[in-house]
Amino acid sequence: MDVFLQTLVAGILKGGLYALIGIGMTLIMGVMGIINLAHGQLMMLAMYVTFVLNTMGVDPYLSLFVAMPLLFLLGVVIQKFLLNPLIKVETILPENQVLMTVGIGMVLTELARFAFSSDYKYITTDYANQTFYLGNISFSVALTIAFVVALTFTAAMFWFLLKTDLGRSIRATAQDKDAATLMGVNTGRITVVTFGLGSALVAAAGCLLAPVYYIFPDLGGPFTAKAFIITILGGLGSTVGAIFGGVTLGLAESMGATYFGMEYEDIVGLTIFILVLLFLPGGFKRLTKV
Amino acid sequence: MKKNLYPLVLLAVLALLPLAVKSNYFLHLMILFLLWVVIGSSWNVLAGFTGQVSFGHAAFFGVGAYTAGILFQHLQVSPWWGMALGGVVAMLIGLPFGAICFPLRGAYFALASLALGEGIRHVATIAEGFTGGMMGIMIMPTFISKVPYYYIALALAILSVLSIRLIIGAKPGYYFVSIREDQDAAASLGINTTLYKNVSLSISAFWTGMAGALYMNYMGFIDPHVVFSLHDYSVMAILVAIVGGVGTIYGPTVGAFIMVAFQEFFRTGFFGLFEYLGHKTGSSVISTVGEAVQHAHVLGFGILVIVVILYLPNGVVGDWEKIKRNVFRITPAKEGV
Amino acid sequence: MAYFRVENLVKKFGGLTAVNEVTFDVEKGEIFGLIGPNGSGKTTTFNMISGVYPPTSGTVVYRDREIQGMKSHKICHLGVGRTFQVVKPLGRMTVLDNVIAASFSRVNSMREARSHALKTVEFCGLSAVQGVLAKSLPIAGRKRLEIARAMATRPDLLLLDETAAGLNPSELVEAIELIKKIRENGTTIIIIEHIMHVIMTISDRIHAINFGTTIAEGTPKEVAANQAVIEAYLGTDYA
Repeated sequence: MDVFLQTLVAGILKGGLYALIGIGMTLIMGVMGIINLAHGQLMMLAMYVTFVLNTMGVDPYLSLFVAMPLLFLLGVVIQKFLLNPLIKVETILPENQVLMTVGIGMVLTELARFAFSSDYKYITTDYANQTFYLGNISFSVALTIAFVVALTFTAAMFWFLLKTDLGRSIRATAQDKDAATLMGVNTGRITVVTFGLGSALVAAAGCLLAPVYYIFPDLGGPFTAKAFIITILGGLGSTVGAIFGGVTLGLAESMGATYFGMEYEDIVGLTIFILVLLFLPGGFKRLTKV
Repeated sequence: MKKNLYPLVLLAVLALLPLAVKSNYFLHLMILFLLWVVIGSSWNVLAGFTGQVSFGHAAFFGVGAYTAGILFQHLQVSPWWGMALGGVVAMLIGLPFGAICFPLRGAYFALASLALGEGIRHVATIAEGFTGGMMGIMIMPTFISKVPYYYIALALAILSVLSIRLIIGAKPGYYFVSIREDQDAAASLGINTTLYKNVSLSISAFWTGMAGALYMNYMGFIDPHVVFSLHDYSVMAILVAIVGGVGTIYGPTVGAFIMVAFQEFFRTGFFGLFEYLGHKTGSSVISTVGEAVQHAHVLGFGILVIVVILYLPNGVVGDWEKIKRNVFRITPAKEGV
Repeated sequence: MAYFRVENLVKKFGGLTAVNEVTFDVEKGEIFGLIGPNGSGKTTTFNMISGVYPPTSGTVVYRDREIQGMKSHKICHLGVGRTFQVVKPLGRMTVLDNVIAASFSRVNSMREARSHALKTVEFCGLSAVQGVLAKSLPIAGRKRLEIARAMATRPDLLLLDETAAGLNPSELVEAIELIKKIRENGTTIIIIEHIMHVIMTISDRIHAINFGTTIAEGTPKEVAANQAVIEAYLGTDYA
């Protein structure tokens, strides 16, 4: 029973972090229909920023305040100069935008490799690696902090989208770009801001993950894949859905690792992805209408 | 028959090449080029003509390669049977692939195909008993010289491009493009869209699988990381077709040439230019930059993707008019002036 | 048994009933009009007939055969063709290629398809633009292409969905001529139209619906005088 509870706890805590990764992507996909295959790479960059700051003695959790604005700016630049121009391009294949993000991901990965080499890097903090106990169940301090912060961000996003003008403009653009433009929303600016926001959120996830994971240039890919699974599980554009998706994936991976073995972790994710594509009405149905 | 002139000339050159060129290095590059003609052209059938953009074609390539390899390792059958069966097995994999992905429209099809490609990679890695897992499969190549492989690759390239050309010029071709342009309209015109999407997928998977099987025979070694690679095969296939021109018959051939040359260009540091300059001038800076360039070929790839999509989205063949105008400064005669 | 019959056709989208127990017969060789205000369920009815989606309940019987729920391409092969209200040109193909693609539903060889397409293109008056990319055509040409494509599938029953909308007066005259020609050629036609002039002049009988329900059926004169119809159209230009 203890093993089960432990697995459950580990899965949920990880799920919070995953939710944060997913929110950025669901926002981008829901608002702009942009499939960002460089999402994980953006997180990777944030992790390296955290690493660099750490060598200078800055606590990784404080790096949030640096990495998030930095990645926000990068997101803005990417959307404005590389993705927005694609809307006007007339081609046979509309998937150019996806391919563009693949290219961006490759560039970001190689630049990171150039700057930091392929070696695994670690961040050491005195407190983050510790655990505390509730009964017989151990809670990782780092993951718990990540969980709390992620939930805070999610709540903040929810409030932001619902209550602020900018948030409403974003939702309007997501529902119908042309109608939003006619209502006076500067949709060009909104898409740029949204991509920046999504990047900032995944950057936060990176900072939170850095204390408990190893950092290397190629980690972008697997995390992008996770972000997709979470987004599709939870439904495009839904912040609450991202939480649901994140926790589901976190739990599934945790269960998979405990009861099947470590190497099955990724397969679990992919299996869920395929099953969702096949059977889940919420995510699946919306995909077929595009 | 001017339309056939360039391809025929190219064919003649390719057929006679090994007689004139003896360099193994060069033959190797040409074999790679021919493999990519096959893969790019077959990807193009599904994506360029039928509008279903697959991001998981490495799945078919790898399955073809593993078919050849497993036949040898487990059944002691000559891996050349793999060439015959590799395409068929890839086609069989294509059927559930299509069943899962085709109901999805647009970019979600692309995503699902990517996931499936990655999924098959994971399965190949885990199923150690069957595939050898991370250790991969190693076989003894049948021929020592590269020349036989070259001609086999050439035959494969010719067969694939020709058969694709024949199909596209007839009823299936019209149906594929109709599906691409408007699936609902296509259905109202009597086109069984599900059937034809699967036909397109089968053709596409078949040739890519054959290429994979040839790869196994030629290289002698495969592992999941190599043949199921998202960037090296799935993305590369897309690039080959896009750079050359999607939705055209010969676009992928042009694209294959450009991409293989480009890749080699970077991998050798501008064909050894940096090394040469470094030696001549004795400058260590140049040598270091040269080394960096060599390692940066993936970076160059990524930049190429970005540049091509921004400026040449219809490829060399598709945007040929644009290229003539901007690069060669050839403008069509103005009317009435 | 009628040539074509729609019986108690119902379509619900979630809580919304778009088509509510619609029934009508069409005789062979007729031009049968279907009118109603925007959103009254006309195109939804067409969509159910041509197999875009199945009805929630009810039957569609064509030549003594129930076709509701069948896939679009099968219905086309049985001899029912249609045009779409929001035109769907195969944009990056030429006009001729559009029609060739449609011709392949009846023939298999390239040569036959091409010759059949050329004849259809001529019949529909598109010969002058047959080499033009479909997406370059103005709206009148696109509407005509819709018809030409449907005709290439050699339909015995043709569903025309607002083929006259967006046309200027002279284009309208040509459109009416084409529709008459199609009927003379032996094709039965069900036509949805908003432009009263068109539908009143060419229809043999008209069926009017509003909010998914039948409100009148009869000759054009009878329907135009019908109180419910006049009310539904609030200020119809045809008294």
